Formats: sequence, C-alpha cells, structure tokens
Amino acid sequence: MDSQAPIIIVGAGQAGMQIAESLRQEGFGGALILCGEEPHPPYQRPPLSKKWLIDAGAVGALTLRGPAALERLKITMKLGTRVRAIDRSRREVELADGARVPYGKLAIATGSLPRTLPVPGASLPGVLALRGIADSLAIGAGIRRCAAEGRRVVIVGGGFIGLEVAAGARKLGAEVTVLEGLPRLMSRVTAPVVSEAFARLHRGHGVQLMFGAQVAEIVGHEGRIAAVRTVDGQEYRCGCVVVGIGVEPDDLLARSAGLLCERGIVVDDCSRTSDPLIVAAGDCTARRMGDGELLRLESVQNAIEQGKSAAAALMGRTRQFINTPWFWSDQYDVKLQMVGLSRGYDQVVTRGDLAKPAFSAFYFRAGRLLAVDSLNRISDHMQSKRLLDRGLSPTPAQAADLQFELPSLLKGSREATADEA
Amino acid sequence: MPRVRYIEPDGREVALELAPGQSLMRGAMDAGLSGLEAQCGGNCACATCHCYVQAEWLDKLKPPSDDERLMLGNVAAELRPNSRLSCQLIVEDALDGLTVQFPDRQS
Repeated sequence: MDSQAPIIIVGAGQAGMQIAESLRQEGFGGALILCGEEPHPPYQRPPLSKKWLIDAGAVGALTLRGPAALERLKITMKLGTRVRAIDRSRREVELADGARVPYGKLAIATGSLPRTLPVPGASLPGVLALRGIADSLAIGAGIRRCAAEGRRVVIVGGGFIGLEVAAGARKLGAEVTVLEGLPRLMSRVTAPVVSEAFARLHRGHGVQLMFGAQVAEIVGHEGRIAAVRTVDGQEYRCGCVVVGIGVEPDDLLARSAGLLCERGIVVDDCSRTSDPLIVAAGDCTARRMGDGELLRLESVQNAIEQGKSAAAALMGRTRQFINTPWFWSDQYDVKLQMVGLSRGYDQVVTRGDLAKPAFSAFYFRAGRLLAVDSLNRISDHMQSKRLLDRGLSPTPAQAADLQFELPSLLKGSREATADEA
Repeated sequence: MPRVRYIEPDGREVALELAPGQSLMRGAMDAGLSGLEAQCGGNCACATCHCYVQAEWLDKLKPPSDDERLMLGNVAAELRPNSRLSCQLIVEDALDGLTVQFPDRQS
C-alpha cells in the first residue's frame, strides 16, 4: 500500500467480516475501517430463519467474532453507519451524516435486499420480509401472535426462506399456508423429486401448500392484515404475511459510483471490480465466469471465499475462488445439503430412500456429475463434494446403486492416498 | 471456569477460560483465533472448524455423533484419529486443560 489512507469495508456482514480478517492474515498492517448499517457487530444470518427464529436468544449467540476478536484484529468498527456515496475521483466515502472519509482502497460487501411484492397492501404493518436480526424478531413475534389468536400465517414464496419460516411457524404452533407462484417448491434450484419430498414433508407437518398461486393483493382491515388475495380470486385469511420471494443484490452504492453492475457488482473470480482500487464480495456481486456468464450465489460459503479473494486482491495477490459451491437448509428434522450447481442438467438419479426421506438427487449433464442434493444423507454430500472438487464423476447407474461405494472413485487421487496413510 | 488451550496453525498458543455449555468453536470465534472458519455456524454441516485433540484428552471427550463422524470425512486438512469438529465439543468442568490444535486449512 502506497497510501496512509485506510482500507474501508462497506458492509459488516459475513463477507465484510471475512475481508477484514483475511486482510490481517494477508499481512495488512494499516488502518482498517468496517462500516455496518445495523447496530450489531458482524453476525450469522442463516439461523435467522432457522433455530433463532423459534428460539431467539441473545444477539451475542449470532455474533461471528466477539469483541476480543475485533480488538485483536485492530478493526475500527463504525456500526449504525450508512455509507451514502462513494466518490471515486476523490477516493472518499460519504457517510449518512455527511462526513467524508478518505480511503486507500475500498471493499464493498453490502449484501442483498429481499424482493418486495408489487401489489396493493404490501406495505401494511404485518407484511414482513427477512434480512436482519430485527426482521427475524418481528417475524417470530408475528407468528407467535398468530398462534395465540388462532390466525393463520401466510408465507409468500416456497423457496428456502419461506419453507424454513414455515417449519419454524409450525413449531411455534401457528397454522401455515405457503403460496407458491410456480408449480412446485424450490423450483429454481432443485429437481422435481426433491421438491416433491419437501412438499410431502411440509404437508405431513400440517402446512397448506398452494401452487400456481400469484398474489394480487394483501387485504387490510382497519390498518391490519385481513387476508391475502390471489389472482384467481381466492382469499387466504391471515394475521401475518411473510414474503420470501428471493433477494436482489444491494448494488445501488456501487452503481451510483459508476462501477460496472449487472444485477450485482460485476467481479472476476478474484473479486476485483471494474475499479482497480475496489473489490466486492458476497451477495452483492455477480461473478463473471470463464464462459462469460454471470453467476450470482447467495450463500455463506460464497461470502467467505469471495471475501478471502477480495482481501488477497487488495494486497495485490491472486486468489481465485474455485471451490465447488455448497448450501444447506434445515426444515423440521431434514437436513438438506447441496453441492455443485445443477443448472443445465439433463438427467437426475436418486440414491437412497425417498419416502423417509433419506436420499440424494444426483444431477448429470451428458453423463457427467454437476451437483448433488442430499436429504439426511450426509455421507453422500460429503463424498460428492470431494468428487466434484476433483472433477470426478460416477456414472448415473453407479450413483443410483447403494451398493456402489462413491469413495472408490477417489482411489488413486492424491488425497485418498493421504487419508489411507 | 475451565481453561482450554488452543494452538493456532502457526504454533501460537492461546488459553481461554470458557463457560461450560459453549462449544470450543464458539470460544475460538469469539476470541478471534485463526485456523477455523465455522462456515455453518455450528450446525455440523460444513466441517470447517476441524481441530486435532491432544492425544491424552481423546478418551475424555464424548465420542462423535454419527453426523460428526460423517462430516469429518469432508475435512480439508489431513484427517487423523484425533480429528474432531470443534463445534461439537462442548466445554465442561471436567475438560479443564483440554488442548486442541487447528490445522493449516479448513476449506
């Protein structure tokens, strides 16, 4: 670094925290400022729709790194601080209170924002979406109120967030309806066989699932929610609505500063943006892949790996993000683990017991493994991850055959040899 | 409170007093130790809080659950007989003096 000016990280979530920590690990000894809009130090978001939703403990239980850690890393925390603008020509950021802070280099990790329903009534009190701690608390309170008053919770969107919240709401004793616009659950990311297993699971726990249900209006009565009306005229009476219809990258700050954005801040596989002094990581980015396609991932792993790449890039080093993407979800007693990207698959085979459920769906294209979704099949997930990391593939017949040992494909590879030693 | 000794990948030792009931992963993350990532936040879903338990303590720990045993197969660094996931190791008084070491990589 040629300048005395600090590195400023905008966004104190998983990615922002990772950039800060990795910068120290990369040997950066200069001043480091981490700006977060929320009042909380960096925390984990996944529990907000899972464990923490039904049993909200102390905020400290979610913290990514304790105060001792932040002190040890010599990070200047500016919490409750919104960055209003980036002035690239003067190399300054402008804070919400008008203060201007110079930067030597800059990292953007502003995350994503929940999509809102473009329908009348969407801004009624009691229409909730999940982003941060305050939202999780509000959703938990809304569900409890519904459970106590015997009113229904309507969840708009049958994706990860909607279904995790549905599971939580059932645990809290509320009646739940999920309205999904498409013909099946999690259709963007999973094969029909996985969607069907989750539909059985949720129905088995008493959740009403409605498919092809497009919301037309949220009907209020005396300032409160009365019902959700769909375009086919159905009304679903309820006391609380949770909207989980996906997220959009929060790239406004970057776009306003003239950085190249295409539904996300465009970065390369080393987290570099179109400005050599600026990197970006996490949900706010769209990563340019080798084939020119833009890839958006919304996951903890992506935030961490891009964060590491971003820190290396700030230090003038190259650290590509090449790991196989993975995700997880918890719904009731089912642990869903996904590894790889299934887009473009032309064949799916299953391994294990669909009814239990304890099975994995293996996605292939032209006979090569792309991705695996595992429901309560940790060993499949773990073994598939190793195969995908090494570019190895079982045949579809091998994947479907429980007698076939997936790790046998690793034999001869370097790591398998090390493990056996 | 029980003291747990951590050895970071570069060999540096850090001793922490931890409240019983919390995980070794949580204690290490709160203190900002290097050598672990804990990507899934303690859900036994990622195997990025892998540690090596000092040999004499191995028998004093509760054995790994089926889930942990399976996830251990997915660690990035070398899997050894004393490998455990630190999110599944819960501090108790009897573990005063427990020593664990973090490997050089987690992902």
